Amino acid sequence: MRHHDGPPADLAVVGAGPAGMAAAVEAARAGLAVVLVDSGARLGGQYYRHAPEGFHARRPGALHHGFRRFTRMAAALDASGAEVRLGRRVWAVEKVTGPGEDDLVAVHCLAGERDERRETVLARRLLIATGAHDRPLPFPGWDLPGVFTAGGAQALLKGDLVVAGRTVVVAGTGPFLLPVAAGLAAAGARVAGVFEANGRFGLAPAVLAHPGKLVEAAGYARRLAAHRVPYLGRHAVVAAHGGDELTHVTVARLGRDWTPGARRTIECDALAVGYGFVPQIELATQLGCATRGGGDGPAVVVDEGMRTSVPGVYAAGEPTGVGGAELAEVEGGIAGRALAADLGRDAGRAPGSARRRAALTAFAAAMTRAYPVRDGWQGWLLDDTLICRCEEVPYARIKEARALGATDARSLKLLARPGMGWCQGRMCGYAVARLAGEDPAPPRRPIAQPVRLGDLAGEPGPPDFAGPPEPAGRPDFAAGEDPR
Amino acid sequence: MTAGHPGEPGPPAPGHPGEGPPHPGHQGEPGTPRPGHPGEPGPPHAGHLVSARPEPGFPIRVDGRPVTAVPGQTIGAVLYANGIRSWRTTRAGRPRGLFCGIGVCFDCLVTVNGEASLRACRTEARPGDEVTTG
Ligand code: FES
Repeated sequence: MRHHDGPPADLAVVGAGPAGMAAAVEAARAGLAVVLVDSGARLGGQYYRHAPEGFHARRPGALHHGFRRFTRMAAALDASGAEVRLGRRVWAVEKVTGPGEDDLVAVHCLAGERDERRETVLARRLLIATGAHDRPLPFPGWDLPGVFTAGGAQALLKGDLVVAGRTVVVAGTGPFLLPVAAGLAAAGARVAGVFEANGRFGLAPAVLAHPGKLVEAAGYARRLAAHRVPYLGRHAVVAAHGGDELTHVTVARLGRDWTPGARRTIECDALAVGYGFVPQIELATQLGCATRGGGDGPAVVVDEGMRTSVPGVYAAGEPTGVGGAELAEVEGGIAGRALAADLGRDAGRAPGSARRRAALTAFAAAMTRAYPVRDGWQGWLLDDTLICRCEEVPYARIKEARALGATDARSLKLLARPGMGWCQGRMCGYAVARLAGEDPAPPRRPIAQPVRLGDLAGEPGPPDFAGPPEPAGRPDFAAGEDPR
Repeated sequence: MTAGHPGEPGPPAPGHPGEGPPHPGHQGEPGTPRPGHPGEPGPPHAGHLVSARPEPGFPIRVDGRPVTAVPGQTIGAVLYANGIRSWRTTRAGRPRGLFCGIGVCFDCLVTVNGEASLRACRTEARPGDEVTTG
């Protein structure tokens, strides 16, 4: 057996956002021994990211919608007896069989950002609640400092109380742009515009059916209007400019398929740009959980109790399909109760949660339909536009590879090597797939997080561990997405 | 990278009173010139929104220049709050700073106390940190 302390837990939860917290609370209340791990320094995940203690914020929820839900959940978690381990990056999960024991799941973590001590949590059941990350699209200059993902600008604000710039442009697609812009404006940035690539009111019919969402959307609209922030549909930032840092962006009018039309430039020192989110499902694919495509890209298939296709492995929140914090919390609660019941405990009942899950899932589906990514973005690319930021692969090299016969994403990766660097294809994966004319495939990452190799040297890895190709020029990292 | 790295800093010691760092309440206030970036003011500070009363900051050094960190802030945030927005150069010579802000893109790498390839957006500043960029 590997490094681990004490007897196996009943449940390991990876991810302390709304889904993971809700599940841990329900499961621990029902009597399960729960270990909740998260890579962050504080509970809450991306949605409830908040400033460190050192700021002594007297109104810590001022930057959030529904922060009281988080404080209630954090208190419940505290009272539940679940063990919380923060600052743990999970780099692999595997099934193991102990002598005389049932199948267990080993969750391999690195504790600490600087020293990366190895730590393994053994548990009888696993819940994957790893959230999502932004889905960026490439455009000329998107690697200039000052260009942020929408979630990145939001994280800097909510987590560190630092505003991304003095004059900020917000662009991309989806309703998430509104809270980002409203937060930046409230914090003192001049928001020069919010540019929505789809229509502005695509979601209106679905919002009308959800009074809570309507109130939330109206709140953002009011705050943007109060700061005189223009909100334009069918516009996108198609280029970012500057020397060492961003100084201005080019905004274009878009056709229905996002073909760029008339252009103008806007001076700004920060750009927050996001085209939706990508579920983080590499732990599920490491274990062989079934996935489905469509919508926002590959997501984990689950049943009505959030069970994946692999016995003992559950998933909740964004990994089952991007749906936001409210749905994540509902799914976490369902998972926690199902886990308790599956392990023979009485978890009580939460009437209505299945119905709430169905309604919120339908809302998420309406959102995906209203704010799709259209392939016209490929018209923004120039030959020297980087597609892969890590390996600095320009569009010209992708075109060369295609001309050489690389017609699918896998061959493109082998030939031009996009997605083979430190971010393991998380930033360019969607773009590379679409440039190959495919829908994004489920990730294949034998190591879920890039690991500085010294930390793993001499340590046993999972038995099926296959070292991924070493990213050129970074001998101290094991990263990259396995192109096979 | 290896265990027991000589540059390994001790645990964070909050406060560091008496060392005379600029007060963190001034960090990132609109119009205040950043210590690390002469003449170039940093972005506005959002502390007022949450009615923050930050603890006394502590000094860290970025390429030899002293800047102030609020306890718990990431190194990436400290750099930004001090007007430093571009700090890594890629193999092809391109400038990089923060992008994803949540530890996914690996654009924001810095060296801290000799430890290379740390993500600035994920690494909390500790008193006395020597950050080198490049
Ligand atoms: S900004 Fe992306 S990893 Fe730090």
